[in-house]
Amino acid sequence: MSGQTTMGAMTAAPPAAGATVPGVFRRRLPGRIVLLLVFGFLYLPIAVLVLLSFNDSGLPTSWSGFSTRWYVALAGNGDILRAAWNTLVVAVFATLISTVLGTLLALGMETRRRKSNGLEALAFAPMVIPDIVLAVALLSFFSRLNLTMGLHTIVISHVVFDLAFVCSVVRARLKNFDYSIVEASRDLGASGWTTFWRITFPVLLPAIVAGALLAFTLSVDEFIIAFFTAGAGRSSITLPMQIYSMIRFGITPEVNALATIVMGVSATALMISQWLNKEQVR
Amino acid sequence: MSFNATRPNLLAAPGVAWLMAFMVVPCLLVLSYAFFQRGVWGGIDYTFTLENFARVADPLYARIFLNSARIALTTTVIAILIAYPAAYAISRAPRLRQPILLFFAVLPFWSNYLIRTYAWIVLLNREGLVNNLIRSLGYTGEPLSLLYTEGAVITGLVYNYLPFVILAIYSTLSRLNPELMEASRDLGAGPVRTFWRVTLPLTLPGVAAGGVFVFVLSIGNFVTPALLGGGRFQMVGNLVYDQFLTANDWPFGAALGMALIATMIVLLFAQARATAHASGEGRGEAA
Repeated sequence: MSGQTTMGAMTAAPPAAGATVPGVFRRRLPGRIVLLLVFGFLYLPIAVLVLLSFNDSGLPTSWSGFSTRWYVALAGNGDILRAAWNTLVVAVFATLISTVLGTLLALGMETRRRKSNGLEALAFAPMVIPDIVLAVALLSFFSRLNLTMGLHTIVISHVVFDLAFVCSVVRARLKNFDYSIVEASRDLGASGWTTFWRITFPVLLPAIVAGALLAFTLSVDEFIIAFFTAGAGRSSITLPMQIYSMIRFGITPEVNALATIVMGVSATALMISQWLNKEQVR
Repeated sequence: MSFNATRPNLLAAPGVAWLMAFMVVPCLLVLSYAFFQRGVWGGIDYTFTLENFARVADPLYARIFLNSARIALTTTVIAILIAYPAAYAISRAPRLRQPILLFFAVLPFWSNYLIRTYAWIVLLNREGLVNNLIRSLGYTGEPLSLLYTEGAVITGLVYNYLPFVILAIYSTLSRLNPELMEASRDLGAGPVRTFWRVTLPLTLPGVAAGGVFVFVLSIGNFVTPALLGGGRFQMVGNLVYDQFLTANDWPFGAALGMALIATMIVLLFAQARATAHASGEGRGEAA
């Protein structure tokens, strides 16, 4: 669904304004064509997937009428339901831990007197390190410690990159933070603790929630690291792992429905996150 | 939040501890494995050796590395060629609309990677939409084998990483001082010349940042080659995956991982140097 609505918004929006002035229109026309093509490239594959998930026959070859039967089939698939539950458990715990750690890290980094290059590199690394390297590193680490792997090891691993993203979102907010209100609060006699909860925290809250939503989405969608740190057995399979094993063997209509739901959830979380970020800038 | 010297360190401590324990230490551990021998039963035999690095340079594996680099480079070039006009068009859109356009350009990037790759299986397979489209245009021969080709792998990689390149290029374009372009126009340069001589050089840092990112992620990717290449296209990522999960040769896998990290660090440094150089130059020109 999200794919279609966003597509509609993208293609419908541009011609609305400026079209009354021919000169402006002509000058903007090449840009519009470029945007139309690029957004078409980005959203068409997703839109096709969403459409197919409502195709009664489930085949990509022909449209045989609207149907929600593939969604009903999903609800009856025990493997998928368990994978969805596992994903939710992992994402909730990873989000909670990384939001707290990431926010504190951001506060620590932004209130330092001097920028520390080591700290900057440490907080930046999880965002650029190839997934496969982090995945095999964590697999080696957990097996070296003889730790039984499962959902808890996925949570530990997801916090690594989640906290880096939360940290960067909160830091962006702190960069525009007016520290004079903190000083004012202190001058008026409030303690550091009171000042934090009454001044700093409310101002930062939208960024913290935006960061948490981003962390949640990243965790829900993450496949490679979860795959390596889930351990043996089917009990700790997450949704992306389930999807991977299903799509390796070609197209099944159920995957289309599942993909539509997962993308809908991600897109919603991201739009809320973005909206919160925009609200606070104003 | 009073700003004494110790509090920032205290605040950062839990996050730093987590990253040290679950990123730095595991990475050092796995990289140290590269210097040991493979045990008889697939474990680690702690005898020092440099053999694993010699094997990375072995023609068989060096070829996979070079092949991955070629695929990653092709992906990077195509992504930049598509992303630049897109970022440019967004930066020329009305001010208020730019954040919305940018958001929707980047939105797919944050959604599920597997699903975005799967979408291309749906489009490219023999019964897929692209083949149907070609047939409806009058083509009557055998359906084209579009999936499980190098082209499919590159298409998938470009598709997945394009949003990030758009973002990187847009961020330098939006920070560009419009007076520089005006000055160029006032001094008699046409729009094309202004673009080549002023706009493009000043936005190269964004192009480099996006390019390095796409290259690093592509060369280490194993999902896209596995799904869209049908396992026929071994890339470094697949090789690492195999050593850890099927061949059980962790030391060699670690050496390959080290080569990946080394590639990444070299490129990031080169990009940082180039950016510092370019921004210094830009300031000089503006002054």
